[in-house]
Amino acid sequence: MKILSTPNISRCIGCHSCSLSCARLVHKQLSWDSAGIRIKSSGGLTTGFTANHCLACDPAPCADACPTSAFSQRKGGGVIVKKKLCINCGACVTACPIDAIYEDRSGNVYVCIHCGRCVDFCPHNCLEMETVAMEEKKV
Amino acid sequence: MIADHFRVLIVNLSTGKGRIVEEDGRNSEVGGSGLAAMLFNKYGFADKAWDDPQQPVIFAIGPLTGYFPLMSKTVCSFKSPYHNQYTESHAGGRSALALRFAKLDALVITGKSKRLCCVNVSSRNLDIKDIEFLRGKDVLETGKILRSMYKGSGHRSILRIGPAGEKLVAMSCINADTYRHFGRLGGGAALGAKNLKGIVIQGDAIFDTPPGKDYSKLYAEVFTQVTATDMMKKYHNLGTPANLQGLNDIESLPWRNLQATSDPAIDGINGERFATDTLLRNSACSGCPVGCIHVGCVREMFNADHRYTFKQVAYDYEPIFSLGTMLNVTEARSVLNILDVMEKVGLDAMSGGVALAWATEATEKGFISETETIVPLRFGDAEAYQLATQHLGNSSNDFYKLLGQGSLKAAAEYGGADFACVLGQEMAGYATGEVFFAAQTLGFRHSHLDSGGYAYDQKHSDQDIEGVIKFLIDDESGRAFMTSMVSCLFARGVYKNDLLAQCLQSVGYTKLAGSIDDAGRHIQKLRWQTRIATGFTPEAITIPKRFYKIKTWKGPIDAAYLDSLKTGYGQAIMQLAGDK
Repeated sequence: MKILSTPNISRCIGCHSCSLSCARLVHKQLSWDSAGIRIKSSGGLTTGFTANHCLACDPAPCADACPTSAFSQRKGGGVIVKKKLCINCGACVTACPIDAIYEDRSGNVYVCIHCGRCVDFCPHNCLEMETVAMEEKKV
Repeated sequence: MIADHFRVLIVNLSTGKGRIVEEDGRNSEVGGSGLAAMLFNKYGFADKAWDDPQQPVIFAIGPLTGYFPLMSKTVCSFKSPYHNQYTESHAGGRSALALRFAKLDALVITGKSKRLCCVNVSSRNLDIKDIEFLRGKDVLETGKILRSMYKGSGHRSILRIGPAGEKLVAMSCINADTYRHFGRLGGGAALGAKNLKGIVIQGDAIFDTPPGKDYSKLYAEVFTQVTATDMMKKYHNLGTPANLQGLNDIESLPWRNLQATSDPAIDGINGERFATDTLLRNSACSGCPVGCIHVGCVREMFNADHRYTFKQVAYDYEPIFSLGTMLNVTEARSVLNILDVMEKVGLDAMSGGVALAWATEATEKGFISETETIVPLRFGDAEAYQLATQHLGNSSNDFYKLLGQGSLKAAAEYGGADFACVLGQEMAGYATGEVFFAAQTLGFRHSHLDSGGYAYDQKHSDQDIEGVIKFLIDDESGRAFMTSMVSCLFARGVYKNDLLAQCLQSVGYTKLAGSIDDAGRHIQKLRWQTRIATGFTPEAITIPKRFYKIKTWKGPIDAAYLDSLKTGYGQAIMQLAGDK
């Protein structure tokens, strides 16, 4: 099983290409926010950037918190998202310890599904799809 | 946010209120440069002074901003404190995408606040905060404090001015997100005159992408072109400083206030040297994977007990020319130290450096002395230039106050106009020959980017007055369309008209896709008409004698050829503006 990781995030130049590609390709949207990976400056541009994305918890507290099974546990970490089942309660957003889930004004939620479509759009190879052993990932 | 109309937020600082207006013109004024000119004609006043509270400061983006890579610039237009005429200044950073995600094609600031203030805009918010407590704070400190006052880290743009803007220095800039600038012709003072210290734009809106697969497919193709080919390599490798060595080699790099055009000391401050000795990392404008921003590092021991501080300073070709070769400062870290002060006080580093170069030669020739300059100026003395920059940015005395309005203004008082390196405004770093000198002198922004005059010089040694004038007019028209899109001009090799048409078509701007050339010519004309209405006459701008006395790779400047080019180009501009 593969998960999105950011081993070279120190190389990030803040172009937002990853966020824009996730919004465009996964969610059919144009946005900085409605994406599974979001780039922030880590205390101003002079200190570089951080990537806010799902760290693939297993078990995932957001899946546990979801009352309608819109989020369910993904093998190897993270969640499988079934949008049709979501009632926009925001429980997953509250449950995520690292603020990796974005909630828009209508209550729609956006989380990394570890599909890897952002990886090719990073010009500095900050992102990788990392293979994880199932047992290792249990936290 | 694909729409045939423009969505514009007008903020009146006198009343503290804003209003959203919808303006027609997507297929004619396009966005960026064209939209800004159109808005100035509607909300500006050609006959009122630049600092009249009613004058607008306009920020405009293009139809493809956010939709395609490198459509990442913002055009700022205003009546310039430098020449009291209409002008534009362009900047990268995050403001373009922030405006897009704030659901705005343009932001227009009018009126004047009673006290120093900050405007905060998002797709669902407008507020104006009193920040009088930041008066006099430098650009970097102001940025840090504004960051802590507003939410939206990473998804916002913070524009701000320094002391130079507050003091209405005509060379003051608007800093955009620390490393980029609306640099030339006094945008900082245009905001300062409104008591507007900062603008925070938060991009918090979400739009659906155009239907179908064509858009995403085309996006991927454009992305590949700008990242996987050599086309953009020069901008993300050494960056624009790579040109320093090349221009020095062909005797086209201004040194010591343009007393020379080449010098072996370039070894200390060429692109390779900056990259090897100072480059800390790269950064990018939002929506641009090229990452052309080169951030240099200066480590400084401030206490003998090995106590260090460090500065991060973004460098480019132009500030290395203006603060390096023009001032004969030939050590990379020393150039960055001066540039750091320019950044903090909020001065345009190009104009500031060229003005200090004039002041240094004026000192050498006895027109001025330490009485005026406060610190003794000597070519190569980097520490003196850091202090002088502080004085220039803060208008410390009558001399610096005048110098901050332009080298020729100071020369009119103290003498030395013959060697003021001013081509409409303080020169850009190209002593390539007659074509560039005429082009910058009469260019719309007095910028090396108005047209490719410097490139023309490097490719042609023959004299073809009609051919040159046709080239300048035609080239400007194409660039006027690009800056209306608002594309980074670094991408002009990628975004040819065919590709631009495909991109416009893919998001639904079908009509505009079919009329790119016509739109470019219309915008070119509109901008010139706007500029002329605010007082532009080609005859009023003269070329100082220094430019006639240099030698380039083509040999000595041909005075008659230069004069003919200037006269002909001026006539062509007036003709195109008056053409029905």
